[in-house]
Amino acid sequence: MRQISFAVALNEALKEEMRRDPVVFVAGEDIGKMGGLFKVTQGLLEEFGAGRVLDTPISEAAIAGLGVGGALVGTRPVIEFQFLDFITIAMDQIINHAAKLRYMTGGMVSVPLVIRAPVCGGIGLGAQHSQSLEAWFVHVPGIKVVMPATPRDAKGLLKSAIRDDNPVLFLEHRRLYAATGEVPSGDHMVPLGTAEVKREGSDVTVVATGRTVSLALAAADRLSEQAIKIEVIDLRTLKPFDMQTISNSVGKTNRVVVVNDGWRTCGYAAEIVASIQSECFYDLDFPVQRVCNKDAPMPAAAALERSLMVSEEQIVAACSAAMSS
Amino acid sequence: MCLIRAFEREIHVLNKDGLVSGTAHLYIGMEAIAVGACAAMADGDFLTSTHRGHGHCIARHLDPARMMAEILGRSDGYCRGKGGSMHITDRSKGVLGADGIVGGGIPIAVGAAYGLRLMNKSSVVFCFFGEGASNQGSFHEALNLAAIQRLSVVFICENNQWALSAPFVATTAGGSVAKRAAAYGIVGEEVDGNDIDAVFAAATRAAGRAREGLGPALIECQSYRWEGHSIFTRQEIRQQEEIDDWKRRDPIERCRRKLIETQMASAEDLALIETEVGAEIARAAEFAKSSPNPDESSALEDIYA
Ligand SMILES: Cc1ncc(C[n+]2csc(CCOP(=O)(O)OP(=O)(O)O)c2C)c(N)n1
Repeated sequence: MRQISFAVALNEALKEEMRRDPVVFVAGEDIGKMGGLFKVTQGLLEEFGAGRVLDTPISEAAIAGLGVGGALVGTRPVIEFQFLDFITIAMDQIINHAAKLRYMTGGMVSVPLVIRAPVCGGIGLGAQHSQSLEAWFVHVPGIKVVMPATPRDAKGLLKSAIRDDNPVLFLEHRRLYAATGEVPSGDHMVPLGTAEVKREGSDVTVVATGRTVSLALAAADRLSEQAIKIEVIDLRTLKPFDMQTISNSVGKTNRVVVVNDGWRTCGYAAEIVASIQSECFYDLDFPVQRVCNKDAPMPAAAALERSLMVSEEQIVAACSAAMSS
Repeated sequence: MCLIRAFEREIHVLNKDGLVSGTAHLYIGMEAIAVGACAAMADGDFLTSTHRGHGHCIARHLDPARMMAEILGRSDGYCRGKGGSMHITDRSKGVLGADGIVGGGIPIAVGAAYGLRLMNKSSVVFCFFGEGASNQGSFHEALNLAAIQRLSVVFICENNQWALSAPFVATTAGGSVAKRAAAYGIVGEEVDGNDIDAVFAAATRAAGRAREGLGPALIECQSYRWEGHSIFTRQEIRQQEEIDDWKRRDPIERCRRKLIETQMASAEDLALIETEVGAEIARAAEFAKSSPNPDESSALEDIYA
């Protein structure tokens, strides 16, 4: 099968959905003429015109409102924040409006809105351009949260997100954009809410998200040299998440490490750990381990940044600890 | 102005050598705004800056060596390597910080002015921001609050015509930032941002009114950035003709010509300045490059006071 990059896979998903459905439109900063800072919207302006590819002013609150309002009247907006950090300016529209309008209207309206945003930790941009805020959104009823780890899933999940009738936050890790992999051409869909077992193993289950999936797979390779067999689960959708796949795996391995590159305290991993302990308690042979970014804002200096971020070594150490008794 | 330009050129070189930690947004072409406006500042005044903040810091006499160390992510940097280019801060010199969030610093300037008034200080806060930021809600909320409270803020819009890939006219309704002042009942003025005297005069007037308790003003300075948006964003969508046209209106060259014509300085005086600047930048780069990386343990320090 052909290999394309994560960024091209996303671009393909957008183009296919825009061709299929004339009410899909995209809006955001520098997405038109420039094709987006990370090239995800390249070529859209040329193909679909300025009416459906809107270069907005730097006005994040208005961009989000444009999405909510557009969705309310029956279009399917895909809005982009240039960095996830800038979504903070748009929180009212997303949390108080997009997430709640269906419920507050007793099911009368729906908000089919996709919010795309790159997560940029690890490239030296400092504390206001590096945050993994997925836990904030997972906390709020009414929003779905998706975080692909491979080009194949990037395409399939984005297409599903666009067809979903709910607000979907779609998180793209900056360090994955250039990653290449096999991606089916045409209408390849990955349903929201399904995890994937990326590697089978019988000793320890590693549940990972986004960028950390490849770290977990690398850790699994390393541990296989010590005859430790790791099962790696890529959650793919953070909310609603696929508990069934996790519990099936834990039933087999009895040991779990949960990996997420957001902050540890009240982070996304905490929810997975809590769910595992309440639903799989009698299967567990060892306390559930957590590998997360350290609880500090992201520094600019590369050496400091590395020391705070999830690494392959930490995953190896957590798996070894889980195997220690 | 020469120091700012030489500083930014050196950042270019350091970036080519792979030494810059993260990104940097260069101020080349806009030097007259920072220098002209900061010359109107008095002791005890403050400023808030932007992602394109090196010029403001140098105009407030921050040490280029420590700025450069910060940009390289080294331990002798102003923020111990934690901030990088977008967050250089020196409270002791009145620099409340550059800012990575477009429009982030504007309400902070208003808060600073409020706090200073509460402490019976007659200080003025100079608030720098790009024209792109004038489309953020924070700009409008801050102007309204400052106006209604008659706070001592000089809002200085650096209109370099482009916000990343967005041309001013295509994204900014009304075609003027200065005119937005009228909606809030405050003085709005547009000046040639490449004319250091014009910027200085407008900033001096605005600061003077503020010190008399007459409230905020908004100055829109027309200028242009010569370089790409950042050292990170290499793609250039502006027309070369337009860039060249603005380069012919070089603020430094204009100032130099005027100084010589008015016999305020001789060509030799100006050459001496260039030499001194060159030496200072060389010293700064040497200092920054030899500054050690921050110790890993510091990554978990400074989170709480
Ligand atoms: C809230 C927010 N949105 C978007 C960005 C990304 N961004 C950084 S600088 C920039 C353009 C800013 O334009 P302007 O304010 O005119 O300043 P200039 O870069 O032209 O000096 C953009 C879109 C950001 N840093 N913060």
